[in-house]
Amino acid sequence: MATILQPPHSEVEQQRPRDNTGHSGGGFRDLVPESGDLRLVKDRADEPTRTGIWVGLAAIAMSFAALTSALFVREGSGYSDWTHITLPRILWFNTLALILSSLTLELARHSVADFMRGKQVSRSVPMAWLNATMSLGLLFVAGQYFAWLQLRSEGLYLPTNPNSSFFYVLTGVHALHVLGGLGGLTRVMFKFRSAALPLRRSTMDATSYYWHFMGVLWVYLLFVLWLKL
Amino acid sequence: MSDTSVHAAVHAAPTSFIRKYVFSLDHKVIGLQYYALAFVAVFTGMVLSWIMRVHLVWPNAPIPGLGWLSKVGAPGGVVTPEYYLQLLTMHGTLMVFFVLTNAPFAAFGNYFLPIQIGAEDMAFPRFNMMSFWTTFVAFCILISSFFVGDGPPLSGWTGYAPLSAVGADAGPGQGVGQSLWGISIFVFCIASLLGSLNFIATTLDLRTKGMTLSRMPIVTWAWFITSCIALLAFAVLMPACLLLILDRVAGTSFFIPAGLNVADHIQPHQGGSPLLWQHLFWFFGHPEVYIAILPAIGIVSHILICNMRRDMLSHKVLIYCMMAIGFLSYMVWGHHMFVSGMNPFSSLVFSFPTLMITIPATIMTLIWLGSLYGSNLRINSASLFCLGFISMFVSGGVSGFFLAQPSIDIYLHATYFVVGHFHMVMGVAAIMGIFAGTYFWFPKMTGRMMNETLGRWHFFLTLIGTYAIFMPFHYLGLAGNVRRYSAFQDDYLIPLIPVHKFITYAALFTGAAQLIFVFNLFYSRFKGPKASPNPWECTSLEWSTPSSPPPFDNFGGKHPVVYHDPYQYGVKSSTGDYVMQTSPEKPGVAS
Amino acid sequence: MGGKIFAVLIVIIALASAVPIISHTFLGASVTPPEDISTHGKAIDEQMSVTMKEAGISFLAAQLILGLFVWQFANRKTGATKTFPGGATAMVIVAFLFVGAEVLALGLVGSKAWATVYFRPAAADAMQVQSQAGQFAFYFRYPGPDGKFGQIHPDKIDEGNSNFFGLDPENDIAARDDITSGELVVPVNKEVQLLMHAKDVGHSFYVRELRIQQDFVPGLDLSVHFTPTKVGKYEIVCTQLCGLGHYNMKTYLTVMSQEDFDKWLKSQSS
Repeated sequence: MATILQPPHSEVEQQRPRDNTGHSGGGFRDLVPESGDLRLVKDRADEPTRTGIWVGLAAIAMSFAALTSALFVREGSGYSDWTHITLPRILWFNTLALILSSLTLELARHSVADFMRGKQVSRSVPMAWLNATMSLGLLFVAGQYFAWLQLRSEGLYLPTNPNSSFFYVLTGVHALHVLGGLGGLTRVMFKFRSAALPLRRSTMDATSYYWHFMGVLWVYLLFVLWLKL
Repeated sequence: MSDTSVHAAVHAAPTSFIRKYVFSLDHKVIGLQYYALAFVAVFTGMVLSWIMRVHLVWPNAPIPGLGWLSKVGAPGGVVTPEYYLQLLTMHGTLMVFFVLTNAPFAAFGNYFLPIQIGAEDMAFPRFNMMSFWTTFVAFCILISSFFVGDGPPLSGWTGYAPLSAVGADAGPGQGVGQSLWGISIFVFCIASLLGSLNFIATTLDLRTKGMTLSRMPIVTWAWFITSCIALLAFAVLMPACLLLILDRVAGTSFFIPAGLNVADHIQPHQGGSPLLWQHLFWFFGHPEVYIAILPAIGIVSHILICNMRRDMLSHKVLIYCMMAIGFLSYMVWGHHMFVSGMNPFSSLVFSFPTLMITIPATIMTLIWLGSLYGSNLRINSASLFCLGFISMFVSGGVSGFFLAQPSIDIYLHATYFVVGHFHMVMGVAAIMGIFAGTYFWFPKMTGRMMNETLGRWHFFLTLIGTYAIFMPFHYLGLAGNVRRYSAFQDDYLIPLIPVHKFITYAALFTGAAQLIFVFNLFYSRFKGPKASPNPWECTSLEWSTPSSPPPFDNFGGKHPVVYHDPYQYGVKSSTGDYVMQTSPEKPGVAS
Repeated sequence: MGGKIFAVLIVIIALASAVPIISHTFLGASVTPPEDISTHGKAIDEQMSVTMKEAGISFLAAQLILGLFVWQFANRKTGATKTFPGGATAMVIVAFLFVGAEVLALGLVGSKAWATVYFRPAAADAMQVQSQAGQFAFYFRYPGPDGKFGQIHPDKIDEGNSNFFGLDPENDIAARDDITSGELVVPVNKEVQLLMHAKDVGHSFYVRELRIQQDFVPGLDLSVHFTPTKVGKYEIVCTQLCGLGHYNMKTYLTVMSQEDFDKWLKSQSS
């Protein structure tokens, strides 16, 4: 004897409300539209984007953990070729730039949210903060490059000694990830300015989390470099 | 703003050939692409193994066509000692990365995970497409090493430094070939990370209404757990490959110590540690073998449940076991390094979690066996391969008892015992899982059934064949037969050659038996009898799609609602002895 | 039908697999570790034997039960099902109690065997021999009457002139009386400490009869020590993939009486 169950109400009520979907709560996204233009496909940019960025950051953290442990093993291996290098001064300015950029990005994020909620009419304030973040980020990368030039002028290249190897690898890999973050930021700015491709809150959030993580990661790396190199 | 109504989505499926089959965003197509890549990789890897086995017992026999591939490596088709090792390296690399990480995980997972949770696609379809094509690029880079300079690297899939790090001085293939290997694996890591990202985000966020985590089928859980492991494991292999590449091309000394005299050249490096490579590699490498086997565990459990017409004693305990194995897998990597020169105390420390992994593995085996008790198992090709999986998993697993103990490993390390162990417990068992999944899901992916008679022949010949190949490996190991030898010339090895001959015949026999599967696969794809949407009468969501293969958005515009736990079998209902997860019907108690 | 065929097949396979283990032969070849000629090997062999029994019983039991259950419960005419008594809980308890205890015991007992090889330092009066592994040969060096090894200079290695270790006898007094040999020759019943140096890439030292295996790691000064108990000639083979000649990288351990060894050593130094 078959009875018909009611839809599980408790599960429905417990689900978080999703914005601009207008359906019963499963997965939904724009599939490839008739024009076939891939760029118009939106990856799901609601919760998955936020989850996705944390997952990605976990992987990045793990990679740097591996590099850090390699550094510790190498330094602790007892060879006498571990010579201390003085960290170029500019690194401290770069750090400042990166931390400031996180602040400006947070201001940008709140400002963008205000704009999207209709509390703010003009795009110019959010764009200003986004531009500031971009500039500070570029300043950071340029500063890192100057740090490299500084080391090179002292005769310290990638293969010179283990300290210099780790310095270049750690700062280089981090800088590459920062460039990736700048790419994400560019995409956010492009979407924000365009009317046809509206920026989603979760995309803005994800990009911000990534950027802040780059800052935290840098502070950690700087500490390790200062401590060990 | 484009029309986002449900109706428009259904009509907006891609139309051009390129969008449909090449650069597709559809997880189902991407899953099939991964399967096709794994298919090519497994046959390449298998052919390499045939060449290796033939060379071992008939060292002077020319292999037809090989002389064309490499005049230097196989002049006249006769395999040189270095070429043997180069083939061996490619065999391992292809099989571990491009087959075992791809097929049970990326292929079936991509195809079925979104459907099983009621989603229309993965969370990030563009990343998904990128992950496949990046894997493809990695594959091409790897294969290209056959065609450059003096061929592929000869350092094994494990690529130990300094052999892999010092460059061309170390031997043929160690120049460009090894660099291509390093780059290929680096690229593979990127692809794998993208894939894992998708699996995790999709599982956490895209479940349909009513699909709580505890209602997910066991195979969905297996893919989810595997992707968590893979995320952290490949994130470690990537920097390791980077450091290796830097040692090779940039003159750094991460893995190369001072004062090495390789082929009369003093290497200009100082103070690196070969053990560091081993630690980094195996920190990835051990979780990797669980990445290879967990999806197969999930697939086999899922299929057995359906064919037994009842749930396991507890499929939730199986899930907890998979989680435990995943967690423990990060604590045991040193068991590959017992005699490596690392601190001998560490060896003991690593051996205890290694032995402890026996516990969840035993629980799983006991649950499988205990669930078979009193069941009414339907025998078909898929369920037979599941049974074969259990047998192989046990056989391969018990040899682990030996290898987990450092004192015994002193004798068995680097012998054929190890090779037998991992081929059985990881290679053959996972392949059986892949076969089971293929026979089981073929009707859903193609709308046709595979031929059952051919499937059974395939199974029985493969079961006998793989045991005939790999069980004798253990005997060889007990005799102390060292691995990765291209010829058996030592005094104590010569009497063992008849065993090797037996194995070679078994390998060629088993290889031939796979042609039955290949024929069945392609013939059934085009000429197989049409399948109903749910030919196995299974409860999980992939069987509730309106058609086989499922429509572009999986559910034909509807969003499924889930009412039940995944395995409502052995109950009374309007459909028979089962209730599908998406059916609102309440299961009656079976009399 | 298929289920019954599987059941029969799995039983045959399981029993057939066990035969070579019990009989120690397969296809006419001996497939068991050779006679142990070391002082520490007995513990290892005992450990192996215990493990073989436990693994063997687990293996046979699992395969036979698998076959039995498939025979009994596949494609049955009647649909009535019963559940294994105790359910999943029983399985978890059995696994923890039996298997857990068993592997713990194996691990604890086995660690003693490991400790005798690796935790005990070489005896103070152990005979020191240095070995160098390089692509694709092993060389050994005795310190000579002065009891000291000369310094190794990798850049001075000259195989053509038999200077395998890169010694500099002109400038290094300790190197002048060092004796180099392509084989490892040792006296019986005396502890040997083998100092291990890798010339180029990773190699490994493996003597089956001695129950010894240890990697040569470039950049690391490793050593193993052992006491051979039986006169004879035993193969030393390389077990760490080192390049194209890996399969051929081997030499011999010759164990002689103390008298014969002294004679040999004298003849080498002339």
